[in-house]
Amino acid sequence: MAKISVDGVEYEVNPANNLLQECLSQGLDLPYFCWHPCMGSVGACRQCAVKQYRNADDKTGTVVMACMTPASDGSIISINDKQATDFRSHVIESLMISHPHDCPVCEEGGECHLQDMTQMSGHNYRRYDFKKVTHRNQDLGPFINHEMNRCIACYRCVRFYDDYAGGTDLAALGSHHHVYFGRHEEGTLENEFSGNLVEVCPTGVFTDKTFSAHYTRKWDLQTAPSVCAGCGAGCNTTPGERYGTLRRIVNRYHHDLNGYFLCDRGRFGYDANNSTQRVVETLFRHLQGEDGEVRKALTSTEAARQLDAMSSGELIGIGSPRASLESNMALRQRVGTQNFFSGMSDAQLSCATEVIALLQEPGLNCPDIRTLEQSDCVLVVNEDITNTSARMALALRQATRNAATAMAQSARIPLWQDAAVRELAQHSRSPLIILSPQGTRLDDVASDTFLGTVEQQIALVEGITYAIDADCPASTSSFNFDAQAASIAKQLCAATRPCIVSGISAESIELIRATGNLARALREYRHRQSEVKLSVDLCFAMPEANTMGLALLMREGGGSLSSALSILGKGAADAAIVLENDLYRRAATEAIDAALAGNTPMIAIDQLHNGFNAKAHLLLPAASMAEQGGTWVNYEGRAQHSYQVFQPEGKIRASYEWLVPSNPVSGPTVHGDTLLEELAAESANFAPLLELLSSRTGIAALMKSPRQSHRYSGRTAMHANEHVHETKQAQDPHSPLSFSMEGMLLQKDASLMSAAWAPAWNSNQAISKFQEEINGELKQGNKGVHLLARDGAQRPYSKVEYVAEEGIAKYFIDQLFGSEEISAASPAIQARAVPAYACISHELAQSLGVQQHGLLRLSTNRYSVELPVLIRDRIAAQCVGIYCGSDVSRADLTGKLSVAAVAQDSNVLASSRAMFSSLVINDTLPREG
Amino acid sequence: MTDLPLTKNIDMSRAPFDIGQYRQAQGYDAVLQMFKDMAPSDVLEMVKNSGLKGRGGAGFPTGLKWSFVPSGDDAPKTKYLVVNADEMEPGTFKDRLLLEGDPHLLLEGMLIAAYTIQANTAYIFLRGEYLRAEKLLREAIAQAHEQGLLGKNIQGSGFDLEIILHTSAGRYICGEETALLNALEGKRANPRAKPPFPQVSGLWGKPTIVNNVETLCNLPGILRYGVDWYKALGKGGDAGTKLCGVSGRVNNPGCWELALGTPIRELLEDKAGGMCAGYKLRGFLPGGGSTDFLLPEHLDLTLDYDVIGKAGSRLATGTMIVLDDQTCPVGMVGNLMRFFSHESCGWCTPCRDGLPWIDEIFQRLEKGGGRAEDLQILTDHLEYLGPGRTFCALAPGAMAPLGSALRHFREDFDAHIHSGGCPWRK
Repeated sequence: MAKISVDGVEYEVNPANNLLQECLSQGLDLPYFCWHPCMGSVGACRQCAVKQYRNADDKTGTVVMACMTPASDGSIISINDKQATDFRSHVIESLMISHPHDCPVCEEGGECHLQDMTQMSGHNYRRYDFKKVTHRNQDLGPFINHEMNRCIACYRCVRFYDDYAGGTDLAALGSHHHVYFGRHEEGTLENEFSGNLVEVCPTGVFTDKTFSAHYTRKWDLQTAPSVCAGCGAGCNTTPGERYGTLRRIVNRYHHDLNGYFLCDRGRFGYDANNSTQRVVETLFRHLQGEDGEVRKALTSTEAARQLDAMSSGELIGIGSPRASLESNMALRQRVGTQNFFSGMSDAQLSCATEVIALLQEPGLNCPDIRTLEQSDCVLVVNEDITNTSARMALALRQATRNAATAMAQSARIPLWQDAAVRELAQHSRSPLIILSPQGTRLDDVASDTFLGTVEQQIALVEGITYAIDADCPASTSSFNFDAQAASIAKQLCAATRPCIVSGISAESIELIRATGNLARALREYRHRQSEVKLSVDLCFAMPEANTMGLALLMREGGGSLSSALSILGKGAADAAIVLENDLYRRAATEAIDAALAGNTPMIAIDQLHNGFNAKAHLLLPAASMAEQGGTWVNYEGRAQHSYQVFQPEGKIRASYEWLVPSNPVSGPTVHGDTLLEELAAESANFAPLLELLSSRTGIAALMKSPRQSHRYSGRTAMHANEHVHETKQAQDPHSPLSFSMEGMLLQKDASLMSAAWAPAWNSNQAISKFQEEINGELKQGNKGVHLLARDGAQRPYSKVEYVAEEGIAKYFIDQLFGSEEISAASPAIQARAVPAYACISHELAQSLGVQQHGLLRLSTNRYSVELPVLIRDRIAAQCVGIYCGSDVSRADLTGKLSVAAVAQDSNVLASSRAMFSSLVINDTLPREG
Repeated sequence: MTDLPLTKNIDMSRAPFDIGQYRQAQGYDAVLQMFKDMAPSDVLEMVKNSGLKGRGGAGFPTGLKWSFVPSGDDAPKTKYLVVNADEMEPGTFKDRLLLEGDPHLLLEGMLIAAYTIQANTAYIFLRGEYLRAEKLLREAIAQAHEQGLLGKNIQGSGFDLEIILHTSAGRYICGEETALLNALEGKRANPRAKPPFPQVSGLWGKPTIVNNVETLCNLPGILRYGVDWYKALGKGGDAGTKLCGVSGRVNNPGCWELALGTPIRELLEDKAGGMCAGYKLRGFLPGGGSTDFLLPEHLDLTLDYDVIGKAGSRLATGTMIVLDDQTCPVGMVGNLMRFFSHESCGWCTPCRDGLPWIDEIFQRLEKGGGRAEDLQILTDHLEYLGPGRTFCALAPGAMAPLGSALRHFREDFDAHIHSGGCPWRK
């Protein structure tokens, strides 16, 4: 700790940081643009100038840039010094020279860092009376608007997009005051994290195009703390609503998880909420006279009565990895544990269960996303993490910079000197070793890549395990990759904080067992090396928001999906309730059809219309993530609560509200919190949920935290087109939040903040006011609770018995835009998504006689499909990659697969060529350093 | 012995010495001697003692600069020497004389510098428009290779050096040493933050020395004739000789090698032949476009870093731009402002957005329509774009002629406002 004096007041600060960061940590207001808490300093904008004095006798002082000056012990500075304030007002004056001052029509207005800083720097009257510099804007694709005229050239966009996120298609172009931030030519921004430009840009150059389509000022949005529904990472979000529709999602800071950044699926997938695919009615399918079978809308009361009537007999329930813990629990209570079945495929469930057992073993630590960034050697096994859990991939990209961090420390360059650290390190990176069937997006920072089928990867992982511990069980594989294995083993053993990252998307339990064995061998090696029992970081990405929650619930009892299907096929149940699930995505079409042939009355509760619930006898509309309060368990086993952002209109309800006992007048009689309490009481594994529940009582002085800002406008007029009285505000007796402008923002828990705002800080950068220190934890913030106690028994090596698949080897491809069911209904995501396709190598293409973008027929003994083919440079030999999208059922393609070229005509070729043109494959290898 | 160590071989009426002629004139002797007798630390000590200061403009002691390069067993094995031959300072054409007049002198200087810091790769970052220099340097490098003065194990010394000639795509900012390094790495030519200095983390993140052409050309003489000789060359406080140039309305514009400490009057009157008939000296920029104006009363000052510094300007590149009494000083400064504004890299706010505003004001003064407030805005920019306020020295350099012009030629600025445009044009 060091002491510095700012305008005569002493503060204790961290001397490893710069003056700007430390002033902000102390809650002082000092304007800035180019500095970013996560990206450090570059000294470009000159906005954070302060006066620094050599010592107490120095009365003159020197103007320095706070962001470029270390907060060394004994520093004496002044923010209020006249020369410094004059200089800052000069800087803002010249930044505003060519700014269009179009705030009234600018979407950033009201949450604009430039507005805030302009006010803070005291610039009012314009002296510049010449022509402004203007620019031509570009169409940057479905996510991002471009309005270059607003640019103040802080360089944050390229520093985030290129330096931080590894993008290649956004650049600073031109020179002097004509500098231009855009693409070399118009076109979609390719990077998976492009949406963060909206928040990284201090003004309105990059704004959210999906938000534009139904724009509302920040202050008019009703918001609440939420969790992303896009995958199992558990990123925190702030969705915003107005007039009953969800308008956008922005990042919500979580110290351990997403920090300041979201992926584009998480940010732009929200629009599924407003999609035409949405289930908004209660639909009852029945026979009606001559019309035959019709689907009829029921009132909510009729629907509840119908549900009760249908579920009076022997009832089974099928859960969902994308439904909340509350909804799954409500279903389980309604049908009884013995009649509750997993909504995941059998393979996925057994993988997730194996992962849980592994993560409970002592010495195997599941890293949060921030911890992933600390790793100095990462091994990725099979999982295409950028496409399954993108935010984790962004963290792995940062982990490769730990070599740079170490170099900077030994060269005594402060880590916040972002450009200097990058210039010093150049292409030196910490090891990132990627095993995958095809090239991946992280290959550009990988030290080593191995292209192989799942079987080959298992053999390699076993080889690495053997190289670390020769006593491990012998591999049964016929493959041998000893040389690569030895080199990878050496790197893992040499690391201070090695990390193994995989996932369950291959649905291969053997892959998980082999990966677990490797982690065990590495743990034992590290235990031998050190007195302190050093753990090994091991994590598995989870595909859906509550995959982990459902898998944990299934440990308490219940059956597999296939047993549910067989009960249904036999007609052995009187009715079935299927919770938020398109079963056609979970099992083979044949199996689902066979189950449906049992003619068991089927009740589906879901958000979107899909192939399965079209066949349900009763379909009930389910609330989306933003429309309900719910609890979600991420890949670490961290349970987090998302709050209801707005009450959905019409008949939509949280799924559990359909399932709990209901009063015809007052509606559901059991609240979600009660379900969690019961779950916690019933099982020690869920006991920490009580802690999560108790953290939600953020009420102070009998006041709740408002979901609406104090500037929320038109409350008394918003429904004037319908009626003239002011609508009573919705009640929310169970949460510390209110559907109101009244209340007190932020009573004790900053994670309960509906949207970041502080006086004079209207943009999301207000978050610094709520952190313990810059980049620190949120003040008294709840971070969720861990449900996976690390107290399992140490288990011996698992037996890995990989049975090579018959037919051609295959793997399934995930796409960030398209693989996740709900976000895939968002129009912006659809604009980036592609239909199903297959991938093969040049060699295989040649032997099959198929040309680029031609058609390939994939056949099993019961199913066949023709897919356009992408011949890739970097793909394992003799195997086929399949992207299913929403067109093809993955389960239909399991089993022995054969492939053959299909005679192509030029129309087919042209259309598939057009389709592939929107697919971004970026798997370039690192530039040689 | 010579008292013109930089130009003794130069005669622009003929081709420069090839390696045979250069060696005939004792060229490369100093290097051969160095390999035989001197450890790198000895050379460093000698250069430090010689008092040689950088000739690129900043005048930083060369030996001191070199001493910051890590040496010894723990030091990084890869180091670089980079020659700043991106001569683009307005009014400056002195390095061109050396590059076109005696390319082997530069190569010999580079060998000495590279050996001292133990760099095995050296780059010459050459202004793209210097086509003749490029051709001559390529030939000279090839000749030096042929004679075993470049490459592996030079003359059995165990020392390796490869020289790579890089022609710049051309920006003034590339003369800033860290922007030059970024450009050499293929990046935008934005300057880098200092610290860390290039001596610690320079080209490709490795220890790097960036020296001006003329600085390096001083080294062969120092090694050959010794520190005492070198110091004695200077007539005043600074050691050695300096290439000095004069441009403007003088009878004989050009570039000459003069002992440091020579009076400015001698340069202007003896070498440059005095002002053209009918023109009187009004003022001059002593060291290129980014130095403060001096006045006729300063003619008896000597060409010394400190002497000129005390008078409120800088010796800098030593190439003087003369302002006569029939040229508009506002037009002259406006021309410089347009240059600097155009050459800003666009990185930091005051330079990127301040210089174009200044440029706009000068254009308005020229055309008519200038206002008293405009002069206040110009004055405000002097501090706003001053030293320490901007990311690098480009903008403070641009403020030197502007600030001194506002001080010395205020009446001309006022006249532009009162007479509705440039009075010189009417």
